Amino acid sequence: MARLIRTEKEVEGRFTEQWIVVEEDALDQWPAGPRTVVGQPTRRVDGVERATGAAVYTADVQLPGMLHAAVLRSPHARARLVRLDLDAVRAAPGVRAVIGPDDLDVLTSEPCYEGHGVAAVAADSFEAARAALELAAPEWEVLEPLLDPEEAVRRESLLAEPRRHDRGDFDRGLAAADVVVQAEYRTQTLLHNPLETHQSVCHWEGDTLVLYTSTQNIWGVRDEVADAFGLPHDGVRVICRFMGGGFGAKNDAGDYTLVAAELARRTGRPVRCALTRREENVVSGNRNATIQRLTAAARSDGTLTALGGEFVSALGWDGWLGPTAGPMQMLYACANVRTVEYGAKLNLPPMAAFRAPGFVEGTFGLECLLDELAARLELDPLELRRRNHADSDGTDDRPYTSKNLMECYRRAETHWERRHEVRARSEGPWKRGVGMASQIWYGGGGPPSYAWIRVGSDGRAVVVTAMQDIGTGTRTAMAQIAAEELGVPLEHVRVEIGDSARGPYSVISGGSSTTPSMGPAVRSAAADVKRQILEIAAQRFHLEERVLDLKGGNVVSADGGSWSLEEVTGLLEDAQILGKGARGPNPTGMRVMTFGAQVAEVAVDVETGEVRVERVAAIHDVGRIVNPLGASSQVEGGIIQAIGHALSEERLDDPATGLVLTQTLDAYKVPTIADVPEIVTELVDVPDEHLTNLGSKGLGEPPIIPTAAAIANAIRDATGADVRSLPITREELLHALEAAREQERRGAAAPA
Amino acid sequence: MNVRLTVNGEPHEAEVWEGESLLFALRERLGLPGSKNACEQGECGSCSVLLDDRLVCSCLVLAVQADGHDVVTVEGLAEDGRLHRVQEAFAATGAVQCGFCTPGFVVAAADLLEHNADPSDDEIREALSGNLCRCTGYAKIFDAVRLAASQ
Ligand code: FES
Ligand code: FES
Repeated sequence: MARLIRTEKEVEGRFTEQWIVVEEDALDQWPAGPRTVVGQPTRRVDGVERATGAAVYTADVQLPGMLHAAVLRSPHARARLVRLDLDAVRAAPGVRAVIGPDDLDVLTSEPCYEGHGVAAVAADSFEAARAALELAAPEWEVLEPLLDPEEAVRRESLLAEPRRHDRGDFDRGLAAADVVVQAEYRTQTLLHNPLETHQSVCHWEGDTLVLYTSTQNIWGVRDEVADAFGLPHDGVRVICRFMGGGFGAKNDAGDYTLVAAELARRTGRPVRCALTRREENVVSGNRNATIQRLTAAARSDGTLTALGGEFVSALGWDGWLGPTAGPMQMLYACANVRTVEYGAKLNLPPMAAFRAPGFVEGTFGLECLLDELAARLELDPLELRRRNHADSDGTDDRPYTSKNLMECYRRAETHWERRHEVRARSEGPWKRGVGMASQIWYGGGGPPSYAWIRVGSDGRAVVVTAMQDIGTGTRTAMAQIAAEELGVPLEHVRVEIGDSARGPYSVISGGSSTTPSMGPAVRSAAADVKRQILEIAAQRFHLEERVLDLKGGNVVSADGGSWSLEEVTGLLEDAQILGKGARGPNPTGMRVMTFGAQVAEVAVDVETGEVRVERVAAIHDVGRIVNPLGASSQVEGGIIQAIGHALSEERLDDPATGLVLTQTLDAYKVPTIADVPEIVTELVDVPDEHLTNLGSKGLGEPPIIPTAAAIANAIRDATGADVRSLPITREELLHALEAAREQERRGAAAPA
Repeated sequence: MNVRLTVNGEPHEAEVWEGESLLFALRERLGLPGSKNACEQGECGSCSVLLDDRLVCSCLVLAVQADGHDVVTVEGLAEDGRLHRVQEAFAATGAVQCGFCTPGFVVAAADLLEHNADPSDDEIREALSGNLCRCTGYAKIFDAVRLAASQ
């Protein structure tokens, strides 16, 4: 039965309290541990399509008569348009339509960041479109940009009210401490750089806008574009069958989609608008830089008495304030916590969610600070973390639905114990060390999400839902869940996704929510189908339903009878069994979080500042694992991105003009296969007994969260240097080494 | 300009303009979108193809330069409906996430094994470091190349 509840909805750590219609989830969870299909390492159902080049991405969509759009973007961080010759553009060869600042909300004559859209053109080819834009010859009045986040905070140029959290009595906590450490940490601006750039192909079929787009959020794009064009929501049909990565940057429609839709409307022809790699690196979103001034106070036994932080996020011209203080508020038990977060509005391109936004940045600061505290206390860093384990959510005392962080720590021990042996392998200028960090993040998913399953006379099942697979393997996971519940081989299940006109609503693939949201809905739908099959079998074989079950592709009875599924479904002829499933609600009054710990081993050349990550062990607790093969791949992918974050990636902006200097993949250094360390993945794999019929949480984000801090802590272990700023370039590290030597000299000189 | 070239064993002819890349011609004119365009400036390897058995970034080769030459794309690796062992290995080891980089990796890995049947880890690193993948973390790409080499 549909039920109306008032609940907290969470996406990427952003909460809204809202009414929501849910359906009950009455199924019991499967027992813990691997099952016939679920929990077994499973190759992707669409792996071959992708490996042969047969998979059709938005980038590959070709429609008859398709035009190509190019966007004129601001070359200045802040400027006013004085002159723009759109008539010259209109007259250029091959041009079919031109739009300017007056024609679309996302185009402006007063750009506020580099790359802000000004005008757009649709032409017979992309080259013709680009050549035409050259003729626009814009003249600008260049204005002074605001680029410094601290200055923005002082001037109250903020995108949100400062967010404050104050529990207990911070000052009393400080006073009660034996040791207080304070430090400032900085994290850089990072770029997602999915391999498929942001793009859409738009095409009007009568009143319906058919929109192929590379997205993480089919339904969000549908609603956003429909609202922009004043259409009923289903007047927009969003299609995304394969997409080439997003990492949080493809949660919204984007200016390219609106531009393509408007140009398609004006020309009556399909229009592609695809960002180039350079545009991608300027305007498609970023992980905002942060400045974190942090304090930790503890008694000599390591018990935390106070935690405090001032966080400044350089959000750019638009965006939202990620939960950078979240880890400080939640990761450890501490009665006295005071945080304040500022979101600076600057003349820089807008931020976008990037894989665990806020927590990646906040965990770097907090977990480095914890190690600095451990050093001052002369306590083992792992032991310090254990002593401050939080049994419930410190922000509101809610119990966790499940928490196996202590088990993660226990499993981390063997990796942590390697540090003596690793340090002993230091040689000449190459110093070696081991560091660790803990992880907390959301990832529980939530309603609504729906799946339909139909079974025809051949006994094959088709799962239909309008979700997207952003590369995480959700098609495969959904096929596994349906196959498990139906007791049929995986090959007998197809998954049809990626089209809002051909399936029910599915959750955004962000916030590690796809599996925990969609999985239970698919299982419910499969259970509905199973019930109907058994009803039919019971009538056919004159047995009671309760003695029947579906196993190994057969209908079996308690007294040993067995009939192939096809024998039963064969009775259907053209009839179909239609099952429907919905994601049930999350438990009220409880907090759903994911946890983990990572241990990194590094080698540091103290003469050149080179850092090599040699090994990372990752232990995560995300409930039941549906596909161990896909899960370890998620962990490896997260860790490599984090190694990029830690060591090589940084968007550089010209401090005078606010222009992005790193617009190519040569300048913006994502890791390559040459940078891959040994990665050991361990998943606790215990179903969360309070969470849905599946007990699974999401794994997309947790692995990227603790790695940078573990690396920085390993560098401290190897060299004694405190690295407090990302990325840890050679220059950064040599400065930190110099500072450490200076401190040692002063320490040695000071009277005992 | 008119170019004639052999792609995946089949003769092809196309009308191209002077500045056009081989990648563009393959994708937009010859109906072979398997080679991907992720940067169009030689930085990512997702457009990798074999030109007369040499691994190239097809975005850096002009279509006219391929005139009279032999090109193999990801679509041409499977033979008689049987996957190339590298493709099979990528699917089997889970070396594919979003898959946008995969065609380029598959072509580059096939080329590596063609010239070096049993590459060391360092040789794999060297040979594939021009191909970027933002999803997998590369660990399973190692597994895939090792598996394909062992077959
Ligand atoms: S598209 Fe050719 S190297 Fe990137
Ligand atoms: S699998 Fe997505 S870029 Fe490699």
